[in-house]
Amino acid sequence: MDVKNILIIGANSAIAKATARLYAQENCRLFLLGRDTAALAQQQQDLLIRGASEVNIAPLDVTHFALHEAAIDQALDLFGQIDLALICHGSLPDQIRCQDDFDAALEAFNINALSVISLLTHLSARMMAQRHGCLAVITSVAGDRGRQSNYVYGAAKGMVSRYLQGLRGRLFPHNVHVVDIRPGFVDTPMTAHLPKGALWASPEQIAQAVVNGVAKRRHTVYAPAFWRFIMLIVRCIPEFMFKRLKF
Amino acid sequence: MKLTSWGRYPVCESTVNRPRSDAALAGLLHTQPPSSSIARGMGRSYGDSALAEHVYSTTALDQFIAFDEERGLLRCAAGVTLETLLHAMMPRGWFLPVVPGTWHVSIGGAIASDVHGKNHHLDGSFGQHVESLRLMLASGDIVHCSAQENTELFHATCAGMGLTGIIVDATLHLRRNNSSTVMQRTLRAHNLDEIFALFDSHHNSHYSVAWLDCLARGNSLGRSLLYLGEHANDNICRTPAKRSISIPFSSPAFLLNRYSMSLFNSLYYHKPVKELVEQRIEAKQYFFPLDSIGHWNRLYGKRGFMQYQCVIPDASAQPAMREILTRISTSGKGSFLSVLKKLGPANRNLLSFPLEGYTLALDFKFEPSTLALLDELDSIVLAHGGRLYLAKDARMSQEVFRRSYPHWEDMARIRAETGADRLFNSLQSRRLGL
Ligand SMILES: Cc1cc2nc3c(=O)[nH]c(=O)nc-3n(C[C@H](O)[C@H](O)[C@H](O)COP(=O)(O)OP(=O)(O)OC[C@H]3O[C@@H](n4cnc5c(N)ncnc54)[C@H](O)[C@@H]3O)c2cc1C
Ligand SMILES: NC(=O)c1ccc[n+]([C@@H]2O[C@H](COP(=O)([O-])OP(=O)(O)OC[C@H]3O[C@@H](n4cnc5c(N)ncnc54)[C@H](OP(=O)(O)O)[C@@H]3O)[C@@H](O)[C@H]2O)c1
Repeated sequence: MDVKNILIIGANSAIAKATARLYAQENCRLFLLGRDTAALAQQQQDLLIRGASEVNIAPLDVTHFALHEAAIDQALDLFGQIDLALICHGSLPDQIRCQDDFDAALEAFNINALSVISLLTHLSARMMAQRHGCLAVITSVAGDRGRQSNYVYGAAKGMVSRYLQGLRGRLFPHNVHVVDIRPGFVDTPMTAHLPKGALWASPEQIAQAVVNGVAKRRHTVYAPAFWRFIMLIVRCIPEFMFKRLKF
Repeated sequence: MKLTSWGRYPVCESTVNRPRSDAALAGLLHTQPPSSSIARGMGRSYGDSALAEHVYSTTALDQFIAFDEERGLLRCAAGVTLETLLHAMMPRGWFLPVVPGTWHVSIGGAIASDVHGKNHHLDGSFGQHVESLRLMLASGDIVHCSAQENTELFHATCAGMGLTGIIVDATLHLRRNNSSTVMQRTLRAHNLDEIFALFDSHHNSHYSVAWLDCLARGNSLGRSLLYLGEHANDNICRTPAKRSISIPFSSPAFLLNRYSMSLFNSLYYHKPVKELVEQRIEAKQYFFPLDSIGHWNRLYGKRGFMQYQCVIPDASAQPAMREILTRISTSGKGSFLSVLKKLGPANRNLLSFPLEGYTLALDFKFEPSTLALLDELDSIVLAHGGRLYLAKDARMSQEVFRRSYPHWEDMARIRAETGADRLFNSLQSRRLGL
């Protein structure tokens, strides 16, 4: 694999951590951006012991859009070139609250969609200039169709997926690749409060799917892969039936 | 959920919590202190030591914390597995001073069972290479323990089977090792006398273990293959490979009967070996041969199996092993392969298994009649001053335990003093009256 310099945003997420460990084993250089700097520092030690050739950390709250450009440039200055940027942060908002309280919905859109688009704006300009690189973003199967129980999150994730589709075409002639990773249910702190069942995956499984998807230059990665079929069926249900489904 | 360990017997209805940080673990102990709870690592113990109504899984406490390359001291959380550790450390020229027969065990589990390896006769057990550990008590407080600090609690926790609290992280001494391969020699012993003589004459071999045909009788009783090993010295440190095949489902238990076992053992013993010729093999294959087959425990069928591992002090090891093997071969209940190994001196850990002598480990398919046989074996072991390994046990009686683990009362006292007895109780500790 020729991935070497990796920027991870939302690096304290369980999926990001598991992915960073896989890249550490490949002796990659890592730059981690996240909110909780104490947790980042712990992760830094862990990744160095696992084999990362270099790990840098810096704080970033992604809702502060104005800080995005400087944070990315910090990584770029250090690396000289970013081979892979992985965007992992996200939050699972309370749907009921969001449907009555626009401020809550706006916050969910800021974290899950607009911050990602802002980051992608800066990252794609730099990767185009490099004429090289890969952008990988964790979206969700929830973005494939709006469900009444979770449509604010779904709309935010869906927005990012549509954005990535367009961006992929725009960056293609510039040798920059775009991967949209859509996990199903994953057992992470974000979903700690939900009951688990057979469809649930571990962050390690998703991490492996990310690494494979990036290495094989996939466009859309459902993780685990069976979600591609589940979502195909979900997308095929006629709307007159779908609107009656409470899930 | 229904939980079992490696022997798949017994089955326990448990709630499993998997905290992601020490703070989350302490929070769990504070908010819901059920009296029957126990730490659990990878569930590679065979019996009921990692089973209780409430289980605290350490698999998400899996961070490396610090590595002092000068002194070879690695600090990591208790849920890190030996596999993960060796993947990180072998390419840099480091190895663990003691490894058990599988690398799918956690650091916490290795300490709590004070596991031994093929070099016990020279290097002792896992706990002897632990510089220090941090233990979460029933109160949620964390204490630092080592051979110098909180000494008593340290020696109660190493080999303590989770009964003093939950180890959250530990600092381990690693050993320098500039190769990822092992030079192996295989020697054939035609009977029990020969294998004991071979263990003695190869005492200085770094690693040694014998695979024994426990169904052989008469003049062939105890026939075995002795595997000797030394780390190679070639400056080639590769990352060990991952596992290859897996047993997908339980096989019908009748496939394992006295005839198939006997055939297997016989074929194994008679396999062509180039005696005395050194072979270079991957460390992973030498130390963890069974790990190349995932879920091999399913071969024993749905009802599971038991492992019986005893140690007999040197003085009477030979006659005791003869009695045990004779009893087993006449019963016709044998296992695939039985393992015989010379052990070095005992250590200060209260419930540590090894003592200077020989240890024999056998698998038995679970059947009611097996239990009676094992009770008989217990009396042979007790008569010769031996004992059974708690990490493999699912059935020993309280009496057998108390007679063979002389420090059990100290353990009970320390448990009472630290409040552990009110919270940390496994099915095993209840059965053994600890
Ligand atoms: C194929 C195979 C080969 C083996 N070979 C050997 C061998 O050669 N030598 C040997 O000595 N053993 C051997 N074993 C046994 C194994 O090494 C031990 O049972 C070990 O304790 C398993 O570790 P675990 O993480 O799976 O622990 P578990 O099985 O989950 O737990 C075992 C005990 O450790 C306690 N424990 C686990 N984590 C913690 C913690 N963080 N804090 C406090 N207590 C804890 C549990 O409460 C329980 O009492 C073998 C097992 C298998 C399956
Ligand atoms: N878990 C699932 O079932 C699932 C399914 C599909 C998709 N996903 C997506 O997978 C990604 C990773 O989530 P996860 O499951 O690994 O959950 P997680 O461990 O809870 O990670 C979410 C991360 O987002 C970070 N974050 C939230 N708001 C932030 C902000 N304003 N600024 C910076 N960081 C912020 C959090 O930071 P802190 O650590 O500081 O809180 C946390 O590290 C997310 O995009 C999520 O939507 C998850």
